[in-house]
Amino acid sequence: MSEFLSGVKNEKKELNTRRGFIKWLLGFGLTGFCASVFYPVVMYLKPPDQREIEVSSVSAGSLSDFEVESSKIIRFGNKPVLVIKTEDNDFRAFSAICTHLDCTVQYRNDFGVIWCACHNGKFDLNGRNISGPPPRPLDPYLVAIKDDEVIISKKD
Amino acid sequence: MKKIFNKIYDWLDHRVDIQNVIQFIGKKYVPIHSHSVWYYFGGVSLFLFIIQVITGILLLFYYKGSADYAFESIQFIMSKVSFGWLIRSVHTWAANLFILSVFIHMFSVFFARAYRKPRELTWVTGVLLFFLSLAFGFSGYLLPWNQLAFFATKVGTDIVGSVPIIGEPLKIFLRGGEDVTGATLSRFFGFHIALFPGLFTLLLLIHLALVQRQGMSEPVEVEKLKPAEKKTMPFFPNFLLRDLLLWLIVLNVLAVLAVFFPAELGEKADLLAPAPAEIKPEWYFLFMFETLKYIPAKTLFIDGEVLGILLFGIGGVLWLLVPFWDKKSSKGLRNRTITYIGIFAIIFIITLTIIGFIS
Repeated sequence: MSEFLSGVKNEKKELNTRRGFIKWLLGFGLTGFCASVFYPVVMYLKPPDQREIEVSSVSAGSLSDFEVESSKIIRFGNKPVLVIKTEDNDFRAFSAICTHLDCTVQYRNDFGVIWCACHNGKFDLNGRNISGPPPRPLDPYLVAIKDDEVIISKKD
Repeated sequence: MKKIFNKIYDWLDHRVDIQNVIQFIGKKYVPIHSHSVWYYFGGVSLFLFIIQVITGILLLFYYKGSADYAFESIQFIMSKVSFGWLIRSVHTWAANLFILSVFIHMFSVFFARAYRKPRELTWVTGVLLFFLSLAFGFSGYLLPWNQLAFFATKVGTDIVGSVPIIGEPLKIFLRGGEDVTGATLSRFFGFHIALFPGLFTLLLLIHLALVQRQGMSEPVEVEKLKPAEKKTMPFFPNFLLRDLLLWLIVLNVLAVLAVFFPAELGEKADLLAPAPAEIKPEWYFLFMFETLKYIPAKTLFIDGEVLGILLFGIGGVLWLLVPFWDKKSSKGLRNRTITYIGIFAIIFIITLTIIGFIS
């Protein structure tokens, strides 16, 4: 039975015979056929490039929305940005994505740090990683106050 | 290469005794006679079902089953995803060819009386699979959430609603409320990708196990021949290779259809827009849709629609139970009534489908 599964019983060197040629032709056709079926499927599985929404600046709300030592997470294109009003009425904005494993960080006014709940990573209010696993600081954003409105923009 | 193959085979054989399985498969013979060609359509239906499962899973990677995103996600599949148009078009075309192939398979079995004793259960599971196929078609049709689908579903579920007593609650169950809304889409999506495939697979396994267990049916005339006069062909590998060749041809036909006549999307369903003029159900529902038009609005005290549904319902039940009322064929006797019924059904379906298309 295993002879059957593995193909013809007495397989000789048939490459130079007509049968060998036909076999080669069949194999070639079959390979081509399989390729033409699987190529579209593999390409289909690859997610198409979705252009990120290009945003250069976003409003985080009016000044009066922020109390001292409070924070807000806003959408900046597809990404969350953490906006903090510090105790000396200063505004800071950082990417809210933890540099460790992509969790979203939060401002803890009880400790005066930016904290990531996933693995207890801590950043100071300048975005520097001060304790826990995060390998590098949070990416900073620019904050500008324009007519009572808090505007966040990208730092290049 | 051969050595590795043999080794794997031996390894498996030692543990799970594949020899037995192969012997079991090897025991199946396909009868050869002038009507053997019809044996292929079960296999073709199976192949198209496999295509549906594969392309269906692929579509699920990008499709979003909600009223807000369904249409847009298919737009995305058709325009942004590499070969998305191909996968969706193959899914649409294979669905149509599948129903067609199932029709042919079913009628060939009917005319050959292959449902007669001892194959009653194979027939019953087969007809249930056919009904499920129609349900697949109906539920899948709504998923693009376009105008045509929206109104086809409105009409279809409304017809269900006219069934006495159970109709109204059934309609509300199907629609997920009084009207066709996003709730209906969610339900149909669930039916189409979870409930129906599960049921279908179960019935299909029973159907195939019965075929394997009982072997292929022979027409009555062939069955009466002496064993020496009968010609057969081993199913494995002789018939299977022929099957595979045909499957390859079907796949090519599918590819040609999908490339030259890709699936359309139309306009997004609008709950406030009037029904589009060209509204028609899928071709395999057309004969029923057309029939309803010809039934008078009132016969005695029964509404036209109710009468139509009752007639089709009774027809469906009789069809499902053919092996149990056609006693003659099971005894090996000739039953011409079956032939007449079959011919009538085919002429009826084809005529009304054509009328439906041109009207």
